[in-house]
Amino acid sequence: MYRYDEFDHAFVRDRVARFRDQVQRRIDGRLSEEEFRPLRLQNGLYLQLHAYMLRIAIPYGTMSSRQMRQLALIADKWDKGYGHFTTRQNIQFNWPVLKDTPEILDALADVEMHAIQTSGNCIRNVTADHFAGAAADEIEDPRPIAEVIRHWSTGHPEFSFLPRKFKIAITGAEHDRAAIKAHDIGLRLKRDAHGRVGVEVVVGGGLGRSPFVGVVLRDFVPKEELLAYLEAILRVYNLYGRRDNKYKARIKILVHEEGIEEIRKRVEAEFAAMEGPSLTPDPDELERIERYFAPPSFEELPNLSPELDEAKAADAALKAWVETNTHAHKAPGYAIVTVTLKKPGEAPGDATSDQMRALADLAETYGAGELRVSHEQNIVIPHVKKGDLAKLHAALVAHELATPNLGLASDIIACPGLDYCGLATARSIPVAQDIANRFKDHDAARAIGELKIKISGCINACGHHHLGHIGILGLEKAGKENYQITLGGDATENAALGQRIGPGLDYEDVGPAVERIVEAYLAHRASPDESFVDAVRRLGVEPFKTAVYEEKDRDAA
Amino acid sequence: MAKAFEPQIVTANDLLLGDVIYRTEAGGWTREHREAAVAHTKEAAEALLKAAEADHLTIVGAYLAPTRLGDDGRPEPTHFREIFRTTGPTFRTDLGKQAEGKSLDEEAA
Repeated sequence: MYRYDEFDHAFVRDRVARFRDQVQRRIDGRLSEEEFRPLRLQNGLYLQLHAYMLRIAIPYGTMSSRQMRQLALIADKWDKGYGHFTTRQNIQFNWPVLKDTPEILDALADVEMHAIQTSGNCIRNVTADHFAGAAADEIEDPRPIAEVIRHWSTGHPEFSFLPRKFKIAITGAEHDRAAIKAHDIGLRLKRDAHGRVGVEVVVGGGLGRSPFVGVVLRDFVPKEELLAYLEAILRVYNLYGRRDNKYKARIKILVHEEGIEEIRKRVEAEFAAMEGPSLTPDPDELERIERYFAPPSFEELPNLSPELDEAKAADAALKAWVETNTHAHKAPGYAIVTVTLKKPGEAPGDATSDQMRALADLAETYGAGELRVSHEQNIVIPHVKKGDLAKLHAALVAHELATPNLGLASDIIACPGLDYCGLATARSIPVAQDIANRFKDHDAARAIGELKIKISGCINACGHHHLGHIGILGLEKAGKENYQITLGGDATENAALGQRIGPGLDYEDVGPAVERIVEAYLAHRASPDESFVDAVRRLGVEPFKTAVYEEKDRDAA
Repeated sequence: MAKAFEPQIVTANDLLLGDVIYRTEAGGWTREHREAAVAHTKEAAEALLKAAEADHLTIVGAYLAPTRLGDDGRPEPTHFREIFRTTGPTFRTDLGKQAEGKSLDEEAA
């Protein structure tokens, strides 16, 4: 994992000291809210529906056990004993009071964390494949590049006041687990014909009120030229991106309005005019960064573990969990474990301080002391010996963290919605809880297979509803919460935006509608091997529309 | 005929705590919606908001919200967003105002 150098430490401490002074000046009346607001947002502090909310960056979703324990301490000391992991791989605390926030930022700095780049019209915290450095299907660990981008973008004077926020995601694998095509810039590591590793650059993706799937801007950028190329894109965006209309200010609108050819021409011209070498990372510094991401020394193990097979044969819950919640690791005899924060009835992405400490301890005992946050609001322990899975599972059971539902109907993404968020137009979390409870029977959920349900409580789409196999968008209609349903969205390399099936539904009708959609899928699928999203692609939305609206009317009659 | 004026109250968040607060008749602030001052005309609402905004050093984001008078003559929130603001997260009754129910004065006492 990356370790701060002297400069990083000084930079973060300096930001905390300045923020402490800014908070004091706001409290004693020397700063107005108008003056203070941008300053607090630059330090991750929002004012939400019921309280302040502090959003803390977890760069590219990677953290150590030590850092997770510090988050637990913050939850207990300055918040209400829990935290919320988000679709941006960050964590949010929902109840800090203003005067405590500099203390919290100091406590974060103690463990090399901060809340910089979690708000404002800057380049935000870079997100990455949560299996980075562990996945069997990976070309290379993308996190050193993500860290280099963080170095370059943090406090970048030219890009601190962009037309709008700017999000970059990166993956090192063919299979996209980082939803890179839904970002302002998506980066995918690849090899060229000579075997050199470079980057495919996708631009103009994004969700919100005008959703777009990103398009390839350049097929291959050599790694050492990437920063210069990114700088060229950001410069074009900064110059030509719209500032007249907040809703048209993201780069996706520029790409849409000008066309990808025109944007490519401008970026390439900018890139050609640059003094590339000044932006080429210093090889020594690059090496320093890369060294921190060296994988732990894996033991030489046979890929199969008889110990695990025996334990699975004796324990059906373990077997179910291993089948759903573990993935292939690049090292033989190891597995990637995903701990879903999706126990039916709980808020998606929430973890108590006790659970955070348990995860920190377990990652230390069984997983090299490293944890990841996924954009699907789960926690990953990336390097676990298969022979340890049974012990890890037993410990997770004790902390109510062993729900075997990864990728199944109850593994739902949901934004905080109108239970917390000042921007929300409807609730998300209780909708997710209702749906998860309807699909909590494991065997039934397994029979349905992979199903990604994603819920947003407003048009800004923090819950990625456009990318859900079933997407749910909460709005307000005639003084009531109203929910639109889309089908067929996809967050992977086959990225697609869901198609709306019809008029919005009332709050209490959403759960039953999702059940009817799933029943229609089970009735119409070509075989149990045809996944939900494949069936939607083949059949279109009509059979599901019929199931939702006509059967609803019939039941009501 | 012009639509009848819907009564309004002024609400904001407390600067220090972030808590939801309401403007009172006496020109102070309360955490209890039912203790809020009610404006029955457009002019009264504008005046109430203007007076509230003068407290910008201790409050954040004052705005007018619709209300109605309950059987006891006290204001009640009408919009679901404002109803949620009087309670806290709807799926966690152990958090927010619903878990406390104390006014600022009671807390200070």
